[in-house]
Amino acid sequence: MDIESLIAEDPERQTFRVHRSVMTSPEIFELERKQIFGRSWLLIGHESEIEQPGDFRRREVAGRPLIFIRGKDGVVRVFHNSCTHWGTKLCRLDQGNASSFQCFYHAWTFNNLGELIAIPDAGGYPENFNRAELALKPPPHVDNYRGLYFVNFDPGAQPLVDYLAGAKDYMDLILDQSEAGWRVVAGTQMYTVRANWKLMATNSLDTYHAAPLHTTYFSYMAKFKGLDYEAETKASSIRAGGHGRSLGNGHGVGESAPGGLARPIAHWHPMFGEAARGEIDRVRKRIFERFGPERAGLMCDTFRLFLIYPNFVFHDIMAVTLRYFEPVGPDAVRLTVYALAPKDESKEQLELRLNNFVSFLGPGGFAHPDDLEAIESCQDGFRSQEVEWSDFSKGMNRDPEVMDELPIRAFWRQWQAQMLGYDRATRFDDLKLAGNGASAAGK
Amino acid sequence: MAGKSNGRVTRGKPADLEREVERFFTMEAALLDEWRLTDWLKLFTEDARYWVPTTDLPEGRAGETLGLIDDDFTRLQARVDRLLSRHAHREFPWSRTRRFVTNVRVNESNGDQVKATASFLVYRIRNRHVDPYIGRYEYVFRRVDGGLRIHRRVAILDLEALDPHATVSFIL
Repeated sequence: MDIESLIAEDPERQTFRVHRSVMTSPEIFELERKQIFGRSWLLIGHESEIEQPGDFRRREVAGRPLIFIRGKDGVVRVFHNSCTHWGTKLCRLDQGNASSFQCFYHAWTFNNLGELIAIPDAGGYPENFNRAELALKPPPHVDNYRGLYFVNFDPGAQPLVDYLAGAKDYMDLILDQSEAGWRVVAGTQMYTVRANWKLMATNSLDTYHAAPLHTTYFSYMAKFKGLDYEAETKASSIRAGGHGRSLGNGHGVGESAPGGLARPIAHWHPMFGEAARGEIDRVRKRIFERFGPERAGLMCDTFRLFLIYPNFVFHDIMAVTLRYFEPVGPDAVRLTVYALAPKDESKEQLELRLNNFVSFLGPGGFAHPDDLEAIESCQDGFRSQEVEWSDFSKGMNRDPEVMDELPIRAFWRQWQAQMLGYDRATRFDDLKLAGNGASAAGK
Repeated sequence: MAGKSNGRVTRGKPADLEREVERFFTMEAALLDEWRLTDWLKLFTEDARYWVPTTDLPEGRAGETLGLIDDDFTRLQARVDRLLSRHAHREFPWSRTRRFVTNVRVNESNGDQVKATASFLVYRIRNRHVDPYIGRYEYVFRRVDGGLRIHRRVAILDLEALDPHATVSFIL
């Protein structure tokens, strides 16, 4: 398998193409499991999901069944959900609170620190039988950034903070919006899409599709008083401008120009209704006091399509979402989506946030089902093997805007580097050649 | 069995009410399977709400927990407009659906309000895939001008996840 040949980048012609076999080949899929998902930092959850000692959530990351748990000592840990005796899945509830886990097969019992504390008929083992080496097994690395927990299955992994690189700044820009901290709202959207996981990743970084694909959402928004479709389209996210940025290590963001998108933090829109105006303005005022006009303006009036490589979509659009995906085959990906909300948000404001979330996003929204239709349609189209390449060249000829494909190219550059066995690509940004009109100076 | 009738039952005997509700469900299923969505919309009161909780939280409450669908009447109208346009790409061309609504129970009838539950099995057929949606309905009806109107329509899925349906792109 010649990984080098799967991406064709030509800085002179300003073209960037990806061979479609990367979306269909079982061999490439198997290599990704090892090289990408076996070596990247992957989201497992948020601290608010396990607030009390003993709280646990059952999770699956990179195909491994895991337990995400806060021990009786208050420390957050992750264990493989597999009894160290014969392998049974030890925890069989999706969530709960437990001081210990007893295996239903032979009744080996582990406490919530992972220690093996009881073995029936212990007389069948020697006195010096080492229980410590039969404790629940953690992944080699577990770490968090501001309450978002990640795991890494590579013993030689770089620290999380280095891995996140420039993505940290954008995580801060989102997380700083709440003074009281954040919580995951109950209710999880879980669904499987008949498409390659990289189609989901690239869709999540793409604003170019918004106007043509999501017409019905904008028509709906136009129903509200004082808006017409043209004005809403122009005032919203999808006008030209903004930025497309690579943030290192494959992470990327599309950041809009200031626009009229309805945002609980904190941009009032007629859809929210007059009654909500007071609180949204109050939240907005406080953010401007805390951060000054420039940063507060970004927080309130712009949106971010944000991918933390390879599979964590941290969107800050109509609402703040945690979306992550698990590849289950070359043509199937399993998604898990949460809403994140400020801990101190009022009942009314939370309702607006959730309402705004499902208006656009999720399996029943006015936009996301059409995204899923588009990526499933691409996957289906790949069966025409003679059409070999997909094109991701948009914006190579200028300083990339929000509707350009630079963050997607950065994703592919990191993907190729990891598939070749490197930690990171040698560059994430486009190569600017003198005379090709690509530089800012050329404007 | 005709459900509890500790309140005032305003129309006929409990068995008649149950039959009326069953007929309503059958008629509604036909409208939806035939994609007669404009007619379907007329079944609602103007303060109606349509709620589909997430699969992990069937007891989830609209406005308090994240759901899959949470429509007021304005958004329900927009949903119908969307589905009748050529731009709801997940449903253009339309999927075929076939609904089986059974095990109807009238749980409460009080004044002009009737609460009922039913089991559903809805098959969605498209692109050579057949995806079953399995669950139960919880309805609150209001009696308007002698007929039943939907005030609250909740569709609770028994599925653990939308695997591999991915979406609830039609009216469930």
